[in-house]
Amino acid sequence: MAQAKDSFIEIESAVVRFAGDSGDGMQTVGERFTDSSAFAGNDIATLPDFPAEIRAPAGTLAGVSGFQVQFGSREILTPGDEPDALVAMNPAALKSNLADLPAGGMLVVNTAAFKKMNLAKAGYETNPLEDEDLRNKYHLVEIDFTSLTKEALSESPLKPTDKARCKNFFALGFMYYVYGRPLDPTLKFFQDKWGKRLPDLAEANTLALKAGFNLGDTMESARNRYQIIKAPFDSGVYRKISGNEALVYGLVAASKQSKRELVYAGYPITPASPILEGLSALKHFGVKTIQAEDEIAAMGMALGASFTGKLSVCATSGPGMCLKSEFIGLASITELPLIICNIQRGGPSTGLPTKNEQSDLLQSMFSRNGDSPIPIIAAHSSSDCFDCAIEAARIAITYKTPVILLSDLYIANGAEPWLVPNVSDLPDLEVPFADSSKEYVVYKRDPSTLAREQAIPGQAGLEHRVGGLEKNEEGGVSYDPNNHEEMTRLRADKVNAIANSLPPSELFGDAEGGELLVLGWGGTYGAITSSVRNLRTEGFSVSSLHLRNLNPFPNDLGDILSRFKKVLIPELNMGQLSLLIRSKYLIDAISYSKVQGQPFKVSELSNKIIETIR
Amino acid sequence: MKTALPKEEHALNKKDFVAPNDVRWCPGCGDYAILNAIQRTFPELGVPKENFVVVSGIGCSSRFPYYMNTYGFHTIHGRAPTVATGVKVSNPELSVWLVTGDGDGLSIGGNHLLHLLRRNPDVNVLLFNNRIYGLTKGQYSPTSEVGKKTKSTPFGSIDYPVNPLLFALGSESTFVARTSDTDMKHMVETFKAAHAHKGTSFIEILQNCVIYNNKTWEPVTGREGKSEQSLFLEEGKPLLFGAERNKGIRVNGFDPEVVTLGEDGVSESDLLVHNPKTSNPAYPALLSQLNYPTFPTPFGIFRQLEGRETYENALTQQLAASQSKQGEGDLQALLTGSDSWVVE
Repeated sequence: MAQAKDSFIEIESAVVRFAGDSGDGMQTVGERFTDSSAFAGNDIATLPDFPAEIRAPAGTLAGVSGFQVQFGSREILTPGDEPDALVAMNPAALKSNLADLPAGGMLVVNTAAFKKMNLAKAGYETNPLEDEDLRNKYHLVEIDFTSLTKEALSESPLKPTDKARCKNFFALGFMYYVYGRPLDPTLKFFQDKWGKRLPDLAEANTLALKAGFNLGDTMESARNRYQIIKAPFDSGVYRKISGNEALVYGLVAASKQSKRELVYAGYPITPASPILEGLSALKHFGVKTIQAEDEIAAMGMALGASFTGKLSVCATSGPGMCLKSEFIGLASITELPLIICNIQRGGPSTGLPTKNEQSDLLQSMFSRNGDSPIPIIAAHSSSDCFDCAIEAARIAITYKTPVILLSDLYIANGAEPWLVPNVSDLPDLEVPFADSSKEYVVYKRDPSTLAREQAIPGQAGLEHRVGGLEKNEEGGVSYDPNNHEEMTRLRADKVNAIANSLPPSELFGDAEGGELLVLGWGGTYGAITSSVRNLRTEGFSVSSLHLRNLNPFPNDLGDILSRFKKVLIPELNMGQLSLLIRSKYLIDAISYSKVQGQPFKVSELSNKIIETIR
Repeated sequence: MKTALPKEEHALNKKDFVAPNDVRWCPGCGDYAILNAIQRTFPELGVPKENFVVVSGIGCSSRFPYYMNTYGFHTIHGRAPTVATGVKVSNPELSVWLVTGDGDGLSIGGNHLLHLLRRNPDVNVLLFNNRIYGLTKGQYSPTSEVGKKTKSTPFGSIDYPVNPLLFALGSESTFVARTSDTDMKHMVETFKAAHAHKGTSFIEILQNCVIYNNKTWEPVTGREGKSEQSLFLEEGKPLLFGAERNKGIRVNGFDPEVVTLGEDGVSESDLLVHNPKTSNPAYPALLSQLNYPTFPTPFGIFRQLEGRETYENALTQQLAASQSKQGEGDLQALLTGSDSWVVE
């Protein structure tokens, strides 16, 4: 498979994991490695994995922070099941990550950290680096990153403690050598970040990075270098993008395309805070952001903004959704457009705030009192968050309804290359407000969409009241039994009518059907698609379908499901989509659950698929 | 969006603000008088009718928007301040009025009210205080007196009540006033002053619940009480009260005391002189503690601070500053970013 070429071994893809203390800068070097790989023309997918505590006690297992990246010359859809190379900056990082490294994998350790006290903090009684089994099982590369960094920076005016902190870039430089990564993007990063403000630090990190790279050149144990050629991308302009970034940009784009000012209200919560932070920096786009006093207030502010005709948005995570429920019900009955983004994380309650899960689907469907269906869409990858923001805006504005947009921690924090769209190609989202020259009937509906017209404060002659009490068509409060049933049915029919506006579902595999359909939604797209693609090349009769619209389902879903002998639904929850599919389509769908705060591995999905077919 | 029409083109009157819906408060409810006062006030403010927005929470008072022929939003329990903030921030041209009660505003919605007041958007808050839960049929409220016997406190309430004005002052509200449902003229004057104030205006309205807490304010707002127990605050005037206006408030150390003019050599120059514009919150806080029966109950504007920026203006200014510094946002440049690469 691998072949030597000019001292390089050419490979299709590789997975590298950096692990260290929360304060060791592992997320930073992981991101730099990703940027450098993207710059080199590889496809990429990343998995940042960090603890909920900002700085757990140094050297402990609780404080280990990791960043895994897969990069390759073919399409990369997941951050990889297991690393080919693990960089462990201390004993705790080694202990909590070693089990994932397969035999023969490259293990790079910072020997300086393997001292008695750190070993004890990690729970090692003896130094694992002296263990013969470990030395035989892995390709161990022992480097004293700490001393070598200090040596490389002997001329630097930085304080000794600050010099030692540059060791992460020394380690990064070494890994750049091993995988033949370009240094330029990282050197530019140093200049952009510190060049003006802290030139000594920029210089020190530059020296550390280069020293690490040069060490690889002179070191016997870095015996193999790997080369990964460019991935076959379509032509165009690309950038690296995370899910939260893509969501921010998608919302700004939706504001421009709908010609409505963007008003965003949010309350800080992991992992949604970067959306509040990102939009707050875009005031020159006319974006108004408010940091509310709590999750309820954020939703109320957004709803107030919606009443005045703005594109109004809030983003949160599961616990915040609990608090917003009553307001979402009000948005449903008043039929006002609104986008509510839920960046899911492990639950219930505070749960696993920095780990991934997709367990808020049933909450999205049913968390309100009364019959109050609302549309739900889910992004399937980091860059898909951009398209989903635009789709959520289209549904909200067209159908005058709150829309829940589900993302998750994995795609929010993870990054991938993104073919930057031309703004001129984006859809027109403009929907007019009610005509001031005509009589305004508050809940009169468009016969095709069943949506009402919206009149906004400032429009003379269209003054009206909305609120949480049931209304009749004219907008008056009504307790009439038949009116309530009719309005309840109309609100439900309106949401169902959204399905008529959806494009045909894109099935991956056999349109005529087959043995097994793997049905997924959200951030599991990469793992499911990789797994199904691999098994299809091995001749298995397996196809996959990934749902963006979870309420309503696409009109053709029932027909597609009926063409397969079995349907397998892998989810990072206890079987939530499975419950909905079984109840709506009366099929014996098989649920495959995982709730470990981690994404599916391609291998475990493949095994389950083979087992299900057999 | 239509912009505000000049006042001359509108000869608005009270009728313009009467909604077609039947008003469904109990006969004799103090809310009728407040509705009447607002419908008399609005035509005189020089605001186009379509620019009024009335927002409310849940409770008897919160049905208010349905009875006003303006844009209105009857929201959920306690959360009206958040919706009002969203409305005002989104469109600063609107005249936003928030109707709430002692339960809605100070119990379930206390947090939001605090943050509305400190942020200071130009929203007018009318807090109807009847010291009881009316719509749920007579449980004690956060302003009910200790010992109050209600359906949920058959042995008397043991909750210490919140003082709405002191709460507003503690939230650093820039405009704090009190009026009562028995005084039409005073209500209209107070509402006009609230409208004129740039920033959040907080008005406690002593309001009677004829069914569950009848005559709770009778000693101070009733025919007899009003002349003897009410103290009407006037800027620059000494704190005088009483049917014969011969009693006043003097401070002794940090404590207020009631004195009678002409007794023990007391003259008007010994009395506190009303200054709602002092930035020190101690003075309005002292006023807020004057309560029946030891003291007269003050009515009028306790505090009227000028100069603090409204939230919506501060935000608008940040937007303008960003645009003048960075230029109007270029979406294509934003999407492309600074670290993009080209695949041929």
